[in-house]
Amino acid sequence: MSAVKAAQTTEAPMIELKKLNKWYGEFHVLKNIDFECRKGQKIVVCGPSGSGKSTMIRCINRLEEHQTGDLIVDGIELTNDIKNIEAIRREVGMVFQHFNLFPHLTVLENLTLAPIWVRKVPKKEAEETAMHFLKRVRIPEQANKYPGQLSGGQQQRVAIARSLCMKPKIMLFDEPTSALDPEMVKEVLDTMIELAREGMTMICVTHEMGFAKAVADKVVFMDKGEIVEANEPEPFFSNPQNERTKLFLSQILNH
Amino acid sequence: MANGHAAVMGGNAGRPTESKAVQWIRANLFSSWWNTALSLVLLYLLGKFLFWFVGWGVTNAIWYGAATECRAVKGIGACWAVFPEKWRFILFATYPYEDQWRPALSCLIFFFLYAYSALRRNWNTRLPAVWIGGLLAIAVLMWGGILGLAFVPQERWGGLVLTLILSTFGIALAFPLAILLALGRRSHMPAIKSLCVVYIELIRGVPLISLLFMASVMFPLFLPEGITIDKLLRAQIAIIGFAGAYLAEVVRGGLQALPKGQYEAADALGLSYWQATRMIILPQALRLVIPPMVNTFIGLFKDTSLVLIIGLLDILNAAKTAVSDPAWRGFGPDVYFGVSLIYFVFCFAMSKYSQRIEGELNKSKHR
Repeated sequence: MSAVKAAQTTEAPMIELKKLNKWYGEFHVLKNIDFECRKGQKIVVCGPSGSGKSTMIRCINRLEEHQTGDLIVDGIELTNDIKNIEAIRREVGMVFQHFNLFPHLTVLENLTLAPIWVRKVPKKEAEETAMHFLKRVRIPEQANKYPGQLSGGQQQRVAIARSLCMKPKIMLFDEPTSALDPEMVKEVLDTMIELAREGMTMICVTHEMGFAKAVADKVVFMDKGEIVEANEPEPFFSNPQNERTKLFLSQILNH
Repeated sequence: MANGHAAVMGGNAGRPTESKAVQWIRANLFSSWWNTALSLVLLYLLGKFLFWFVGWGVTNAIWYGAATECRAVKGIGACWAVFPEKWRFILFATYPYEDQWRPALSCLIFFFLYAYSALRRNWNTRLPAVWIGGLLAIAVLMWGGILGLAFVPQERWGGLVLTLILSTFGIALAFPLAILLALGRRSHMPAIKSLCVVYIELIRGVPLISLLFMASVMFPLFLPEGITIDKLLRAQIAIIGFAGAYLAEVVRGGLQALPKGQYEAADALGLSYWQATRMIILPQALRLVIPPMVNTFIGLFKDTSLVLIIGLLDILNAAKTAVSDPAWRGFGPDVYFGVSLIYFVFCFAMSKYSQRIEGELNKSKHR
């Protein structure tokens, strides 16, 4: 295991943020963020609301624009160049808090649209891939329904499958369970845990600390636009270094 | 409502043989003294109007005959006799009399195209081909000059077919123009954005009549010597440009109503701007704005009658011209009533169709 880790560290990181800054008008949302994620790593990002954690991962596929600093994804520098942006988006999957499925398309059409039009996969092959991933998220029987006919948990699993159909190298999760009813959180987390065990590179913004303990290689705590603390889960939870981390953990774990 | 139900229940217990209709009437029209009085007054007024209308429009009306017969009952009965006399002029205007089967057939082709496109199972790649074929056939029929058909200059076209040409091309071309303008107005590129804003605000800010005037009177002054663009085409362009500006704002409403997440999901999957627009954004945005869009279409259909201002004989202007015949002078209201019915049929069909299509397209939301 340690040999594998050593080998990984010599590789260039999959995602690299260097001195990244972003402002919304006067408001400084991201302050000198240095962050990297290597192939196969699972990183959980947590922090109070408004801390900039969603903004940070949304910068990685350019749903948000950063103003200064460098952002390199899979060896491609993210600039205003539309070709680079599209190239990165093909390799980076994203799962949203509110699923954002396309309500006018069936589940199957949601899953095959991007592979057919972006990856130029033949329709039949795209449908086979889609059914494969629907089976993996355990809802193949819903393929011909519309998203509005599914429960929240099912919709989020479809959204995960939709991203996987693009065969991404990296998956970003932006609070994937925050909009779900409590009884549906588990089915989505189980899907994510399974994905993590298969070796997917993942960055998850989430408050599900159980998930972090189960699969994360690293937990990053953000507050007020800064990375306050980053560590492996065991020391992060048992021995937080920073006062703000301690306060945050006490708030979300002790009730 | 709750009271109404109680009344129905009570009535039911006492009179088990009462039919549904009687129950409904009792509950909705005669549930209280005030409702009863109001119902009676309205029924009286309605009956009186119907009695007058049937008397004027049916019993006392002159269906066939000369203008002199009509004059005898003027004010008492309608003069439908003007239609057997003038219908060919109203429908085909100054198109050569013996060749009027050509615009008649053209109208039928238009009806076929509408009916064909109305069926959702025909919404496939063959649809544009059918339209191009249909429009070519109409062009050949109307102009002639080939296949042994005598050439008929555009100045002699008129009546229903002119109304259909102006509104069909108006709607068909204003629609894509509107989509481009609406997308342009939301563009991040300042030049495109300001161009679209200026166009929309400028065109929307003036009456259609003034645009038609400009197209027919001012525009030719700017053309070099010897080049003329025919009057119908100029009016058609004015109508398309005008309707496009209006419709653009309707479409923009739909674009803005879509949740931001739809744009983000499309982006995150790597779809290009045009792919996302075509497959994710527009199908949803346009569904949202079917009612105001059809509203604009209906308005445009009726606005085509404004071409009378530049001397084109659309169906309304043809009807007006028909009653300027000294023999039939003074029967304007009767003729306008008949032509209004034609307009109504078209507008009502559009309205009904839009309701149906809205229901079908929004099924995915309700299930």
